[in-house]
Amino acid sequence: MAYQFDFAPVLAQADLLLKGALFTLQLTVVGTVLGLAIGVLGAVVRAWRLQPFSAVFGAYVELIRNTPFLVQLFFIFFGLPALGVRLSEWEAAVLAMVINLGAYSTEIIRAGIMAIPKGQLEAAAALAMSRFEAFRHVILRPALAKVWPALSSQIVIVMLGSAVCSQIATEELSFAANFIQSRNFRAFETYLLTTVLYLLMAIGVRQLLAWLGQRWLMGRR
Amino acid sequence: MPLLRVSALHKYYGDNHVLKGVDLSIEEGEVVAIIGRSGSGKSTLLRTLNGLESISDGVIEVDGEYLDAARADLRSLRQKVGMVFQQFNLFPHLSVGENVMLAPQVVKKTSKGEARQLAEQMLARVGLGEKFNAYPDQLSGGQQQRVAIARALAMSPKVLLCDEITSALDPELVTEVLGVVRQLAKEGMTLIMVTHEMRFAREVGDKLVFMHQGKVHEVGNPREVFAAPQTAELANFIGAVAQAS
Repeated sequence: MAYQFDFAPVLAQADLLLKGALFTLQLTVVGTVLGLAIGVLGAVVRAWRLQPFSAVFGAYVELIRNTPFLVQLFFIFFGLPALGVRLSEWEAAVLAMVINLGAYSTEIIRAGIMAIPKGQLEAAAALAMSRFEAFRHVILRPALAKVWPALSSQIVIVMLGSAVCSQIATEELSFAANFIQSRNFRAFETYLLTTVLYLLMAIGVRQLLAWLGQRWLMGRR
Repeated sequence: MPLLRVSALHKYYGDNHVLKGVDLSIEEGEVVAIIGRSGSGKSTLLRTLNGLESISDGVIEVDGEYLDAARADLRSLRQKVGMVFQQFNLFPHLSVGENVMLAPQVVKKTSKGEARQLAEQMLARVGLGEKFNAYPDQLSGGQQQRVAIARALAMSPKVLLCDEITSALDPELVTEVLGVVRQLAKEGMTLIMVTHEMRFAREVGDKLVFMHQGKVHEVGNPREVFAAPQTAELANFIGAVAQAS
């Protein structure tokens, strides 16, 4: 007997899926903002070799880039309580995403900073700007612009990777999907819709980032 | 009292002794052309004057600012010594107007309105008043270099350093940039330029400095020096340049 497709039981739970999708987006926004902040800080410290911070960031980057996200998440959620640090599912998920994106974006943004011609810094210096002022007003935006496509991809990867957070019962989209299909056993229909939602979100985030990049980084208004 | 004085200036890159005791004194309003073969130390000398290159020994004094191997208040020195580069080095993410406004706002804390007014004036001075909202990549090389000059002028420097500012330009664009420099000279700006434009140096310059092997080999009035070089090295150099052009 052929499988009878039936989306009705899944669509009846559409509000749960949408709530999960919204939650995933919230995680992504907070994770991206804080993760990029760490990335910018780490990139400057690494690019300018400001010791001892450069060594600390170097170790952090290697640690995060060479271990699985799931293990990082479990360590934060299940491991840290041993040290008295108890985080909610939401807090643990955000923290794991921030730490993860922070490490990857440190390396990506550092590449952007290194790609800025030396003449830009010299011009800023000759105008009596301090190194910090030069970084903020002259280096940062062109550096981000150079690596914006790579950074956008990484942000999307982190958003999709947040599905893993369902493992600690963070109520994001994958958690909602797992919950729905465990009730109605409509795995095909549930995950198909979930896939479509992730796809739409990823395309949306990419478009938004491309638009932001054009507007804010390239200076064209 | 001279506006700028360099005494016994030495610069090493590792074991490479690039500047071997340079002495130079420049009066307010003077237009100085520094010439010499590549590797003679002329660009390095220029770059020490605003602290882009550190110095190994000796003293640089500019209008009361004092710089030696041990101490330097670069921020206040650089507010008195502007610089224009061979490669323009405009900020690509900022409009032409914003390029000029940035340093006054950031360094001198000039208000945005005042900075805008200042930028408009400076751009008008280099003949680019209508390009305020354009971006650097929409301009020709000559226009970009004129914006770079306006950007330096907006900090009201006492001296303007020009590091081969026409060397990256197509020949037909050189004239417009030199025209701006000529105008600045006429207005009494103190200019120190490393240049290959011998004719321009002769016409506009008050002082010619010939660098050779890390030292000031010959100094004098450009017209006299070109007509009758006192050293064989300068005579050779002038001959070689004349042949090349």
